[in-house]
Amino acid sequence: MDLRYTDAAPSDAEREAVDALLGPPPSGWEGAERTDEDLRWARGGASAAKDRRDQLLPALHAVNDRVGWISEGALDYVCRRLTVAPAEAYGVATFYAMFSVRPRPAKVLHVCTDLACAARGSAAVCSDLTERLGAPGTPAEGAVWQESPCLGLCERAPAALLLQAGAEPANPPQATLPLTAGENPPSATLPPAGANSAPPAIEERGSGGGAPEEPATGAIRCSAVLAPATASALVTAARAPESTLAEPPAGAAVPQAGDPALVLLRRIGTVDPASLDDYRSTGGYTALRRAFALGPAGVIREVLDAGLVGRGGAAFPTGRKWQATAQQADGPHYLVCNADESEPGTFKDRVLMEGDPYALIEAMTIAGYAIGAHQGYIYLRGEYPRAYERLGHALTSARTRGLLGPDVLGQGYAFDIEIRRGAGAYICGEETAIFNSIEGQRGEPRSKPPFPVEKGLFGKPTAVNNVETLVNVLPILEHGAAAYAATGTETSTGTKLFCVSGQVSRPGIYELPFGASLRELLDLAGPPGRLRAVLLGGAAGGFVRPDELDVPLTFEGTRAAGTTLGSGVVLVLDDSVELPRVLLRIAEFFRDESCGQCVPCRVGTVRQEEALHRIVDRTGAAAAQDIALMREVGQAMRDASICGLGQTAWNAVESAIDRLGVYK
Amino acid sequence: MTAVPLQPPRRLVSFTLDGEETRVPEGSTILDACRSAGKDVPTLCQGDTLTPKNACRVCVVEVEGARTLAPACSRRAEPGMTVRTDTERARHSRKVVLELLASSTDLSTTPRAAEWIKEYEAKPDRFGADAARVDEQPKIDNDLYVRDYDKCILCYKCVDACGEQWQNTFAIAVAGRGFDTRISTEHDAALPDSACVFCGNCIEVCPTGALSFSTEFGMRAAGTWDEPAQTRTTTVCAYCGVGCNVTLHVQDNEIVKVTSPHDNPVTHGNLCIKGRFGYQHVQNRD
Ligand code: SF4
Ligand code: SF4
Ligand code: SF4
Ligand code: FES
Repeated sequence: MDLRYTDAAPSDAEREAVDALLGPPPSGWEGAERTDEDLRWARGGASAAKDRRDQLLPALHAVNDRVGWISEGALDYVCRRLTVAPAEAYGVATFYAMFSVRPRPAKVLHVCTDLACAARGSAAVCSDLTERLGAPGTPAEGAVWQESPCLGLCERAPAALLLQAGAEPANPPQATLPLTAGENPPSATLPPAGANSAPPAIEERGSGGGAPEEPATGAIRCSAVLAPATASALVTAARAPESTLAEPPAGAAVPQAGDPALVLLRRIGTVDPASLDDYRSTGGYTALRRAFALGPAGVIREVLDAGLVGRGGAAFPTGRKWQATAQQADGPHYLVCNADESEPGTFKDRVLMEGDPYALIEAMTIAGYAIGAHQGYIYLRGEYPRAYERLGHALTSARTRGLLGPDVLGQGYAFDIEIRRGAGAYICGEETAIFNSIEGQRGEPRSKPPFPVEKGLFGKPTAVNNVETLVNVLPILEHGAAAYAATGTETSTGTKLFCVSGQVSRPGIYELPFGASLRELLDLAGPPGRLRAVLLGGAAGGFVRPDELDVPLTFEGTRAAGTTLGSGVVLVLDDSVELPRVLLRIAEFFRDESCGQCVPCRVGTVRQEEALHRIVDRTGAAAAQDIALMREVGQAMRDASICGLGQTAWNAVESAIDRLGVYK
Repeated sequence: MTAVPLQPPRRLVSFTLDGEETRVPEGSTILDACRSAGKDVPTLCQGDTLTPKNACRVCVVEVEGARTLAPACSRRAEPGMTVRTDTERARHSRKVVLELLASSTDLSTTPRAAEWIKEYEAKPDRFGADAARVDEQPKIDNDLYVRDYDKCILCYKCVDACGEQWQNTFAIAVAGRGFDTRISTEHDAALPDSACVFCGNCIEVCPTGALSFSTEFGMRAAGTWDEPAQTRTTTVCAYCGVGCNVTLHVQDNEIVKVTSPHDNPVTHGNLCIKGRFGYQHVQNRD
């Protein structure tokens, strides 16, 4: 292989950003000054190691984080460093919504216009913003705003996220992390160990403390979450991101916080997510000790007996997946935590990671041990800066205390975890698309078979589990399979997290034993006076009518009722909502997020959106022909698409037509 | 004569294909089995020299017990499987896929597309006159070949041929996402400024005519392209010692393009710039 690079040169800042990730270039062949010695040997063929391709996404992030966009020179430099063909790297860079290959301002304001935010007034925010800052995509005041798919902040809709590119803060403020208002005294400060990688406490930004000095290169990298958002707050934030108000603590998203019946949410809002001691003093790491006592096969048996099934939507038995991975002769084995929560209306994994990061790390260590993996990856949504910081801090302190690394808890088991950030692509939540994304390829799903347990990440046996699924392993090991299975129903055991958003008085994450009815859940959340419909399971799910609220929230119960639990989305709509617009937004979402690989989905989602546009204000006979057309296209998408995105793109629209009679 | 290399003996897999007990060598795809049984399953993105990408989904068949349809081109036959190739469901998906493709791209130079559109009663027009189209202008940036992505169905074959599977030049890749996905060079550069070495192996595998020799593109535009009147002569490239097979396509005593036999065990249809494009000296009669 003899790759040809372009002649474009990177700027100093771009070069610095890449070198900070990859280290200085070792030779002229990788972009250093060329020396006489370099001319005596050639880098290419077998010596041009392709095994660093998986650093492509982190390298693109490094440039984008520093400069705000990826220039030709920067891309070329990344390619030289990693021996990646520029055309391929360009294909990867243009796949992700958070990257730009055209110049743009350092500050990008992502304004969510997805389901929950639309139900709570994002359209008004956007039109105000257009008046003040100009149309989306037009730079003004050193910033540019754009509409965004769900930001996972649905409980505080309408939401926005401001990302500012720049140098990393030299000395992040070392502040105490505030807890839920008044519930528990702030007990811990960030430990000094690993202080230079400790996360800046972003709630504290602007509220006193030493603001870092600006280096000569200009802006300091920062992010700010604005939710609920108003146009004027957004304009102020765009001018001075560092002055934005503190984000409420993760516990604020848990209306039941403090309830002793909580299992998965029990620590959120009551312990300091930055304190490993808090975690341990509330039962942390007892599950891992039990795992070591049981041995890998014992752990798998326990998980099988508990009847745990995946919470990401597919409801596959977790124990069977682990067993199948553990049994593979090929190695190494990998564990991937799917934390790319991008389903519109889902935010439970964010709250778990922000509020109880050690729980995920402990659970992953157990899972890794069970399947015989020594390396785990957390594939995290790019739009979750706080979860990234909290998890990063938790990983560092767990490593320092011997809970990760070459000899976990002195048991002779080596395990470590790396966080990989996504860059704005819903499809990367598909289990095989994650592999491609981590490997530095476009995040396109692979066709199955072969299944991940056989050939997954880097072509090796891999178990993929989502955050909520993994965290369930802790109560299973702490109290035993039988105790766990005593909660819930026979086939849906344990508790389930629900993301309640839309027109309810107390939106947030709720935890209920499987089997509770939708009505019970809504009663907790405070339903609207005139309920129109509930979208269960998110954009790929289905609508439920007000007269169907007794549906039991279990996998089998929702299936019998012709809908799905999916990832636990419960979007509540009252009769002020225009359903045809909601459907249009769903269609737009699928069209935007299709990876483009297969025809039924790439073109089918476009045709579906066009048909919905045509009938948006029509009913009856005037809509019939387009509905028939959508049924035909929908059937082909469901039958012939490569992955779940295309296969489910027609679900919600179909259920709105058939169960709610939207266009009657 | 092309030599067919002997393969190690393989075990046979037996499964049911359209109600008939069928035995195929282990590792065969359902499509292989269909073809040896003389069944015509339509395919667009499948290519004889490349690993199938199964992106177009016109070859879908019904596998008993599966929730979705399976792409015949890449799904391997498994013992005991029951496959039906011509069910209502499979035919429906093929019809819709043809409609989706024909309504968004120009299939006028795709062999057999018109025939299948008729066979499956596909009506690409029913999405209306405003249905979104790929809408690309031909990219004419060099003397050798033209990229007309309005005809591209995104089968990934050119990318695979340019990259890992054959040429290892990696000059073109898939860029963008969703309906905006396009085949592109780095930063969308013109071909002469890109890494392209003009081997033309991408043209060789393109199933739609989106990539074509400048001669063919020009003659089609002028209305003088007359394939039935062309003769094909396979001979040996004389430029270097590799000695690749080249097939000269001649119309009115002029070479109009050069291909290479796919079943050649050395080249598998691939050539370099000289063999593919360097034919002018042959017809230089001065
Ligand atoms: S169904 Fe859609 S998202 Fe999935 S592979 Fe096909 S084009 Fe990509
Ligand atoms: S240009 Fe041709 S070979 Fe390449 S993807 Fe398009 S249709 Fe396939
Ligand atoms: S096509 Fe190229 S490699 Fe093959 S014989 Fe001709 S000159 Fe040599
Ligand atoms: S943040 Fe807007 S829908 Fe979730």
